[in-house]
Amino acid sequence: MQAESDKLKDISAAPSAATGDTSESKQAAPMPGKFKMTCEHIDFFYGRQQALFDVSLNIEKNKVTALIGPSGCGKSTFLRTLNRMNDTIPSAKMLGTVRLDGINIYRDIRDVSEIRTRVGMVFQKSNPFPKSIFENVAYGLKVNGITDKAVITEAVEDTLKRAFLWDEVKDKLDKSAFLLSGGQQQRLCIARALAVRPEVLLMDEPASALDPISTAKIEDLIAELKRDHTIVIVTHNMQQAARVSDYTAFFYEGYMIEFGPTTRIFTKPDKKKTEDYITGRFG
Amino acid sequence: MKTATADLTAAAVGDAYTFKPRDSGLVPRGLTLAATAMIIAILAVIMLNVIWQGFGTISWDFLSSPPEQGMEAGGIFPAIFGTVALVVLMTICVVPVGVLTAVYLHEYTRPDSRITRIIRVAINNLAGIPSIVFGLFGLGFFVGFVGVGIDSVLFADQGPLWGQPAIIWASLTMALLTLPVVIISTEEALRSIPQELKDASLALGATKLQTIGRIILPQAMPGILTGAILAVSRGAGEVAPIMFTGAAYYLPYLPHKLNDQFMELGYHVYVMATQSPDVEKTKPILYGTVLVLLVLTFLLNLVAVVIRSRIRMKRVRQ
Repeated sequence: MQAESDKLKDISAAPSAATGDTSESKQAAPMPGKFKMTCEHIDFFYGRQQALFDVSLNIEKNKVTALIGPSGCGKSTFLRTLNRMNDTIPSAKMLGTVRLDGINIYRDIRDVSEIRTRVGMVFQKSNPFPKSIFENVAYGLKVNGITDKAVITEAVEDTLKRAFLWDEVKDKLDKSAFLLSGGQQQRLCIARALAVRPEVLLMDEPASALDPISTAKIEDLIAELKRDHTIVIVTHNMQQAARVSDYTAFFYEGYMIEFGPTTRIFTKPDKKKTEDYITGRFG
Repeated sequence: MKTATADLTAAAVGDAYTFKPRDSGLVPRGLTLAATAMIIAILAVIMLNVIWQGFGTISWDFLSSPPEQGMEAGGIFPAIFGTVALVVLMTICVVPVGVLTAVYLHEYTRPDSRITRIIRVAINNLAGIPSIVFGLFGLGFFVGFVGVGIDSVLFADQGPLWGQPAIIWASLTMALLTLPVVIISTEEALRSIPQELKDASLALGATKLQTIGRIILPQAMPGILTGAILAVSRGAGEVAPIMFTGAAYYLPYLPHKLNDQFMELGYHVYVMATQSPDVEKTKPILYGTVLVLLVLTFLLNLVAVVIRSRIRMKRVRQ
């Protein structure tokens, strides 16, 4: 793990080969305040296969940024660079800079777990731990060193309320998380991620396996959450992107084709590819 | 023209295909059944023979008293005690080392790297070494090197304390023998844990160590216990590794220190079957001992299986 992160750090400090860029522009201070995360010239490789080509994207604070594009376009890979989840993949390599509040998360933060506490993640497939509902939500607090039972109990209740799950589960907190329905399990996973109060929440197709009612609940939740969190969501569902997001980035074959306010992307996109995808001509 | 087309269609639909059975299936069925029946029959003969000839010997006295009159009378309690002590000590030694090795191989190395492959080959080779070789290794390394070394450094001039066959050396030798079993079944359990669970833990800010301790090992527990079960049944049945490293022909006392020798059921059977001056006289005791050995192994397995299914049940209910 440490060796891996060192390697990534070295790579991220080196000039980007693909763009011929110099390190000078990377040291330029990103705009503070408005942007929660800034990504500059991201190239990503699985072994020899390049998955992302020179992606630069700024993520605005307390907004929802949607990443859309056909399968295999690199949107999930990009999402996972934002909390260094790609570190767990052997033979993966990244070039470029990702900053959280101006701090390079690949170079200046030694402890990967600190980044992941600040940048939480919800996955496509709901993946509750084989533990009780209570323990699922408490997990993030416990691994972050909180041992006071009263604090944990209060935080679990508070978090479940914020995820609008409290009324449905308050009588069965000690029951297995697997007893919940698919939609409830996914909302539990969101609650679990919220428990550590992340500044940024990454969501990788969080509703793709759910029925319309559960999906609507999760979309309502996203709208609610952006008051306290910055959200980046990957989605296959373009209506969903249009409904929940403030900004949309369109990815295609590893390139970020277009990025802008969602209303503009969906009404008058600049690029032909974006228009073709949005109007359903391919993908 | 039109009718011709219609006829063709009719022919294609009507006559379809006629399938001929290529064989009746009786021959393969008969062969496989015969093989199965043979195994069952052999097993039945062994079990019935042991029960038939050994059951009469079993009594409370037999189970609770030491051998007498050169093993032609008396019981086998010291051997039962020694076997249980050996297996318990062996489990304490083998499970932590085996589990840590499996965790290293599965969580800390790339699964396809050269070093991992070399280690796996080494483990598989370890599993293939004849048990008598382990016995000789135990004698040479544990007794002759480690034990003698301890004596010469810590207990000079007190005669051999650790540099002689003892239950601790026998347990360690047996642990080496059963190590591959524990490693392999733990690794299998680790492999079955979905990556999504580990990702979920890491994404919440858990370190790798926390993820292993709180998610991976609890999930792998049934697999780890399966490995322990297999190790225990193997360990309780092996004689060769302990012959030179700690098992005694006869002991007037029970082992109560790690450097005591001990009696063991399998070795006791071997001794009675080959060393007894009057084979006919010891025969009932011999069969009784074999029966006890079988039942004991069975019980040890049963305990482990029950613990394992309890854990599984608990996880499902919760």
